[in-house]
Parts: sequence; structure tokens; C-alpha cells
Amino acid sequence: MSAAARRGRSAQRTRGANTAPVIELEGVRKVYRSGEIEFEALRGVDVAIDEGEYVAVVGPSGSGKSTLMNILGCLDVATSGRYLLAGEDVSAMSERELALVRNRRIGFVFQQFHLLPSKSAWRNVELPLVYAGVPRTERRDRAVAALERVGLGERIDNRPGEMSGGQQQRVAVARALVTEPALILADEPTGNLDSASTADVFGLLDDLHAHGRTVVVITHDHEVADRAPRNLVVRDGLVTEDRRFVAVGGVRR
Amino acid sequence: MSWAETLRAAVEAIRAHRLRSALTMVGIVIGISSVVLTVGLGQGAQREVEDQISALGSNLLIVSPGSSTDSAGVRGGFGSASTLTVGDAAAIADEDVAPDVEAVAPVSSSQTSLIAGESNWTTSLIGTTTSWQDVRARELASGRFFTDSELERGAEVVVLGPDTASELFERGSPVGQDITIAGSRATVIGVLASTGSSASGSSEDDVAVVPLSTAQAITGTTSTSVSTIYVEARTGDTLAAAYQEIQALLLTGHGVSATDADFSISTQESLVETANATNRTLTVLLGGVAGISLLVGGIGVMNIMLVSVTERIREIGLRKALGATPSVIGRQFLVEASVLGLAGGAIGVMVAVVGAQTLPALIDQPVSLSAVAVTAALGTSLALGVGFGVYPATRAARLTPIDALRSD
Ligand SMILES: Nc1ncnc2c1ncn2[C@@H]1O[C@H](COP(=O)(O)OP(=O)(O)O)[C@@H](O)[C@H]1O
Ligand SMILES: Nc1ncnc2c1ncn2[C@@H]1O[C@H](COP(=O)(O)OP(=O)(O)O)[C@@H](O)[C@H]1O
Ligand SMILES: [Mg+2]
Ligand SMILES: [Mg+2]
Repeated sequence: MSAAARRGRSAQRTRGANTAPVIELEGVRKVYRSGEIEFEALRGVDVAIDEGEYVAVVGPSGSGKSTLMNILGCLDVATSGRYLLAGEDVSAMSERELALVRNRRIGFVFQQFHLLPSKSAWRNVELPLVYAGVPRTERRDRAVAALERVGLGERIDNRPGEMSGGQQQRVAVARALVTEPALILADEPTGNLDSASTADVFGLLDDLHAHGRTVVVITHDHEVADRAPRNLVVRDGLVTEDRRFVAVGGVRR
Repeated sequence: MSWAETLRAAVEAIRAHRLRSALTMVGIVIGISSVVLTVGLGQGAQREVEDQISALGSNLLIVSPGSSTDSAGVRGGFGSASTLTVGDAAAIADEDVAPDVEAVAPVSSSQTSLIAGESNWTTSLIGTTTSWQDVRARELASGRFFTDSELERGAEVVVLGPDTASELFERGSPVGQDITIAGSRATVIGVLASTGSSASGSSEDDVAVVPLSTAQAITGTTSTSVSTIYVEARTGDTLAAAYQEIQALLLTGHGVSATDADFSISTQESLVETANATNRTLTVLLGGVAGISLLVGGIGVMNIMLVSVTERIREIGLRKALGATPSVIGRQFLVEASVLGLAGGAIGVMVAVVGAQTLPALIDQPVSLSAVAVTAALGTSLALGVGFGVYPATRAARLTPIDALRSD
């Protein structure tokens, strides 16, 4: 299936579904404090993302893309503003509820992989299932299935140190999809990878999108951004552009 | 995440960081084993003294010479001169004056050398009367004790303690053999049975007992003073009455008031108490030293735990990002620290047990391990692990996942 065809399909579904947005940000601000110095990394962001969308977040370095992504992934909390995730107000949630949301609804892929070096591939992938309370045998089955899905069925017992960067990031993708989350977030997932591995990883993200997941990805890769049906451009802590490309007959205009 | 799951994860994490885990445990092992051993040493010493004293018998009163006041009114130090005489012993033995006294044995004791053939041995020579055997409740392993007529004529006979006998005679029965006591010849007529008190090599088993008159002849003294008078009360219940009788009798006999008493009377109970007071001081002292080593071990544990948690803040952040709640993280580190602490504690107790077996052979001191010390030691090691492991971990678990992930 070509990228263009996928884009066409999801664009149609987005138009037809007309559901409540899965992500809704209203006036989100984030202020970093280090001692006396305050820095406003997000200065009032309003964004809505519908279920099943594929969004590329682009912008210059230091513009606040990662800050935004961390808030979307509930890895960090906004200083002010509202964040509704599937209609629920995240800013009002306790630590416990946030952990639950991260576990059930979100799969996060980091630029630095963040795998546990002492654990084999499948033990890394099963971690979210451990916290979801899935029984041990089922965890292994599902972890192995996820690793097969990212093409690492042969490497389930290898530790991260025994794998290439591209393979490690595929393990991280397997870990993000093993809980079947509705929302996949990736912060420059290929920033540390060569072009072949980059193609692998975006292939996997495209595939997840094709299976109905909402995908938000930060990228500096113009090719990738150009292929995405929607681009959010972040500059100076604000979303300055929200470009939607409507696919007609498989051609983006 | 179930407890079993958490436990499995904890064991895995401990094995993944072998060196760090080993270092943590070494601190605990040293602290725990030294506490358990030193407390055991103190208690062993205490038990040994208790055994020795209880071997004396519970009806026993021991009259010892005390400070004396000379004609010029100068008080001599305790034990500076023996103020007790054979006459005092005879007075106490008078049934009319001291009806609650069963038997009396005056004892004069001194260090002497014994020679039997090629062997020689220095021990305490006890000159006493025939009632000594009853008063001290001693059995004979072989031969017999001396008789009243031997006592009267100062016969050259001697009864050896079992340890003395084996030192002097490697083979064969000593009974009937001649030995030389400080240059005077004497015939061995009996060997005492061991007191059986746990402390082997106690002085109770290393003695040479001769008639009082014979001892005076051997040491070449004409003095009638004695070192100790052992008194047996009729029963344990009349001990107090016998005490009163002896005290009144000796005060009158020596013409002194109670405040100037030149003798002291002790019971087994009072001896135990004095000994225990001394040993308690010893135990507290040793325990203090051991406590300091536990503290030092604990600081080591704290250091390594803090380093370990700092190193693992990124792991904590990742686990949180994947859905671990703060309480699950806290529980993970709690179980990890407990397993480390308990494993270290258990090894420490094992080291102490091995030490308790080997130390007595090396330093000739009994070590008695107490369940209380072991339990307290395990509790402490658990508390150390938990205190120094869980607190920093729960603090780290309160960071947002991204702050924890970004830390380095
Ligand atoms: N933890 C932090 N403390 C202080 N300033 C921060 C922190 N994280 C990011 N920043 C600052 O916030 C701005 C936005 O950062 P970030 O969201 O990482 O940008 P991007 O991902 O677009 O490169 C940058 O200027 C960065 O220096
Ligand atoms: N230490 C190792 N142990 C086992 N396999 C390894 C190790 N390092 C690399 N490999 C394998 O060798 C291949 C090439 O690795 P690498 O050159 O690092 O890949 P990349 O081009 O993605 O950087 C991969 O299949 C990887 O799994
Ligand atoms: Mg960034
Ligand atoms: Mg390489």
C-alpha cells in the first residue's frame, strides 16, 4: 500500500466520522523554571486532533515541539491551560490516574529509545503489560507478537546492547504498540538513525496509522512531513501554522 | 503488579547489579555479624559466671575477710590481712549459737607447685576440714577424701582436682602415688569428680585439697587465719537466718560494730548479681562498639542505595512513562531493599553463627547467640535497607516522567 493511498483512506475517514477530537488543547502554556530564570516554552497552544489522524509536528529546534509532545503524552504537565484527552481533563488527574492513562491510551516512542539495557528485547516490550496487570504467559505471547510485527521475531532474547540503533528503535516501537493504544506519539524517533532504519520506523508508524491509530510525530524529515495529511508548525512556543492536505484521488494538493 | 511479580523483579534487579548488591550486603553483613557476635560474647561471659556460681550450691554462704582496723585505728584495705581464723569457723559450727548452720569449712588457700615424677604443675593448694566435701558438694571420681583423724594429725595426704590429676599423671591412676607439694611429700588418696559446670578449665577442677593442718605445715605458717569460710545452711529457706546468725556471731567475736565489720558474707545470689552487673557493663560496652560498626555499615548501605537510586532515576522515569504508578515504584524499591537487607542480614547471622563456633576455640571465651540479638540485627538490616533505599526512590517517583528521564 502506498503512502498516498493510505493518506487518502484516512482522510476520508476523518471527514466521515465527525467524532469528538481525541486531543484538545486550550491555551496551554508551559513555563520552565530553573532557579531565578523562567522560560516560557509554550505560550498558549490551541490544537485539536481527531481520532485516526496522522499529524507531523515540525518547526525549528528549540521551538517547543518536544515540550508539546511531552504534555500530549502526559509525561509532563502544562503550567496552565486545558488538555482534554478523549474528553477527559488531564490537568485534573492524580498521579495514579495519569499513570493509568499513559499505560492504557498512549504509546510513546523516544528519540533516545529508552530501553532497559539489562533486559532482553521481549522483556523490554512486555513492561507496559506488567503495569497493566496482564498475566505472565500472555505478556510473553503479546510481546513476541509485537516484536514479530516490527520484524524482530528472531531477536526476542537479545539485549539492546546487542542490537543496532535501528533495531533498538523497532523494539521501542513494539513496546509502544504492545498495549494497542489509540494514540501513538513519537518525538524525532529517527533522529539517531540512518536512512534505511528511518524508512523502517516510518513504515511501521504508517502501518499503525493504517490500522486506525492516531499518530503524532515530531520530525525534521521533510519527506516524512510532506507525506503526512496534516502538519503542525511550531515556532517560538506557538502553533503558527496548521496545514491540512486533503487527498483527492491519491494526490495531495 | 502482584507482590510475587514485584519480588521476582526485585531479585532480577539485584542480580543485574551484582557488584553494587554485593557491596551493599557486605556493609550489612559486617554490621550484623559484629553486633550479634559481640552481644554473644558478653552474654557468653555472663552465662559462664552464672554457671560457675550456681555450681557453688544455693545453700551456700561465703564468709570473706574484709577491711580490718588495726590498734592505731588505721583501716587496711579490703583483703589486706585475713581477719578470719579457724576459731571463727569453730564458733560458727556451734549448733547452739548458729542453729541454722549445717556445716562449716574453713579454707586457707595459696598457690603452690606440685611435682609428680617428671611433671610439675602450679595450682591452688586448699587446706580445709573434712566437711569441705559436703559443703562444696563435691563427688570423688576415685579414691577417698581425708578423714578426721588425718585432719587431726596433719597426715601427708592430698586429694586432687580432675584437671590437676590429668596434668600430673598422663597415664594410670594417681591414687596411691606420691607427689611433692612445695618440697613436702604427700600421698594422693583421691581424685575429685569434675564440677560439670560448662566452663571447662575452671579453677574448681584444678585444685589440690589437703587437711588444714597439713597445709599449715607445708607453707610453714603457724597463723590460724583462713582465706574463706564456707558455710552450708540447713535449707535454702534458712539461708537468711543463717546469715543473721553468722553476722551477729562474728561481730560480737571480733568486737566490732556492723559499720566497721572486718568481714563480708555473700550468698550465691549476691555473687550472681555482682557478676551480672559487671557483665552488663561489658555487654553495653561491646554492644556500643558493635552498634558503631553497624552505624558505619549502615552509612555504607545508605551511600550505595543513594547512588543506586540516582543511577536509576531514568529507569524510574521510563517505568512511570510506561504506566507505573508512584506506589508501584515505591513498592519495587521497598521489596528490592528488603531482599537486599534481609539477604545481607541472613548472611551476617550465618557469619556470626560460624564465628560463635570458631571463636571460643581461639580466644577461650564462650559465645552465646541470643534470638533477641539475631532478631534485632535482622530488623535493623531491614530498616537500613528500607530507610535508605525506599525514601530516595519514592522521592524520585514523585518527579514527572520526563524530568526523571532527562536526569543524568
Ligand atoms: N527542562 C527544561 N528546563 C528549562 N528549559 C527547557 C527545558 N526543556 C526545554 N527547555 C527549553 O524550552 C525550549 C523548547 O524546548 P523543546 O520543547 O525541547 O524544543 P524542540 O523540541 O522544539 O527542539 C528550548 O529553548 C529549551 O531550551
Ligand atoms: N554486539 C552485538 N552482538 C550481536 N549482534 C550485533 C552486535 N552489534 C551489532 N549486531 C548485529 O549486527 C548487525 C549490524 O549492526 P550495526 O552495524 O550496528 O547496524 P546499523 O547499521 O543499524 O547501525 C545487526 O543485525 C545487529 O543486530
Ligand atoms: Mg525536541
Ligand atoms: Mg551501525
